[in-house]
Amino acid sequence: MRLLVREALLSFRRAPLLSTLSITTIAFSLFTLGLFGLVAINLRQALHGLEERVEIVAFVLRGTPTETVTLATQDIAAFPEVQDVTFVTETEALARARAELVEFRDAYRDLAVNPLPASIELRLKDGYRDAATVERVAQRLRGFGFVDDVRFGREWVQKLDHLRNVTGVVGLVIGLAFAAVAVVIIGVTIRLTLLQRAREISIMRLVGATNWFIRGPFLLEGALKGLLGGVLSVGLCYAGYVLFRDRSGGTFAGTIFFQPQHLLFIVLFGILLGLAGSLVSVGRHLRHV
Amino acid sequence: MIRLSHVYKSYPNGALALKDVTFRIERGEFVFLTGHSGAGKSTIMKLLFAEQKPSSGEVRVSGYNVSTLRVDEIPKLRRRLGIVFQDFRLLEDRTAGENIAFALEVTGARSDTIAARVTRVLTQVGLAVKSRAYPRELSGGEQQRVAIARALVNDPAILVADEPTGNLDERATRGVFQLLRDINAGGTVIVMATHDLDLVRQTSYRTIELRDGSLVYDSALDDADEAEAGAAP
Repeated sequence: MRLLVREALLSFRRAPLLSTLSITTIAFSLFTLGLFGLVAINLRQALHGLEERVEIVAFVLRGTPTETVTLATQDIAAFPEVQDVTFVTETEALARARAELVEFRDAYRDLAVNPLPASIELRLKDGYRDAATVERVAQRLRGFGFVDDVRFGREWVQKLDHLRNVTGVVGLVIGLAFAAVAVVIIGVTIRLTLLQRAREISIMRLVGATNWFIRGPFLLEGALKGLLGGVLSVGLCYAGYVLFRDRSGGTFAGTIFFQPQHLLFIVLFGILLGLAGSLVSVGRHLRHV
Repeated sequence: MIRLSHVYKSYPNGALALKDVTFRIERGEFVFLTGHSGAGKSTIMKLLFAEQKPSSGEVRVSGYNVSTLRVDEIPKLRRRLGIVFQDFRLLEDRTAGENIAFALEVTGARSDTIAARVTRVLTQVGLAVKSRAYPRELSGGEQQRVAIARALVNDPAILVADEPTGNLDERATRGVFQLLRDINAGGTVIVMATHDLDLVRQTSYRTIELRDGSLVYDSALDDADEAEAGAAP
């Protein structure tokens, strides 16, 4: 084990320029990936805010007893998809209209009969705000005899769904592309190290070292480069984030940075990329010497 | 210890490097493998330490059948051999002592035994005082001695030397050759490929000569024939 660590560290000392180049390349690959990740989590955060505004409104037939609606409201609150339910009486609807629709305040002031119907407003839980679930819940609400009409902004929900899918696919494609580039770059740098140490490897094999023993230091070297690249990329991402937030003049003041588990994931991903790159290079090299 | 039976070796380009080569080497022998360049000496050496496999026939070394050896068994065979090359194959950025210790470390030797074992073999090859010298600070003969010490450090039963004196002047050649003789006197089998016929003629060691991939002369068989002829009425 001591030899493994020593040999892996030795390669950093022997080829500092090459090692620095590898680490920097990994760091910039992960940095780009990280920036995209930052955009993705902030976009998700923004979408989440929009999603919370997805609301289903069931209008109640005039003359329905309040007790009936109150009981039904309790049933609706028990739906697994439902986050909260509010029963808005006709009087409350009018009061709200007067408060919110200032332009029509005069029109609402001297009404002999309240034209606004009572309604049940419900919001869905996180994860149930897609178009299909909203439609399903709306259908169930229509099943109640006292429900006159159900509205939920179908197009709005579908657009949100579409946006979420596109963001997911674009994120995955760009992420995979950058990961592939990082693997190739790490593979090339490890290959350069291997070529530099080809003589040493041939001697190791001649004196009876096993292939796994030979691989060990290179894999550790790859993992270390991945680790350092990952840590550096996290630093770059943070610097980039702070710079962007502070220079945006408050427009993006609400943007968020990665959670600790995201940072851990980036570093682990760097290690994984380093290992993958060196595994491929060492495997190929050992087959050819 | 070593047995080649009807060994053929051809390369992908169609060249036939060995043709029906058969011989045995017993415990304690010192054998010269001679022949011109391209005669097949190096191919035999590579077969002995499983760098290559025969195209047909059987190669047995120290109990291992090289023809059927699995990849994970090759290191086990090599740990039973000492291998020496014409170009020494020392690591330039490590001292003589570190080069030898390296051979022990990569085979998983206990770290507390390494220093003593390195000193022992360096003393055996007469270079105990040069332990801290880098290869570039040593003469060719000294570098080859370090390479021999590295080959000996795992106490091999067989030492395979491919043109070990090929890069040395006459004086260094004599020194390295004497060292190999001393090692053989200790019981280690030595197989030495060489085209230095003067060296071969100096001694009465067994000589196997190759020409164009075929075994054309084996002094052991010749001696047996002579003994048989002498015994005949």
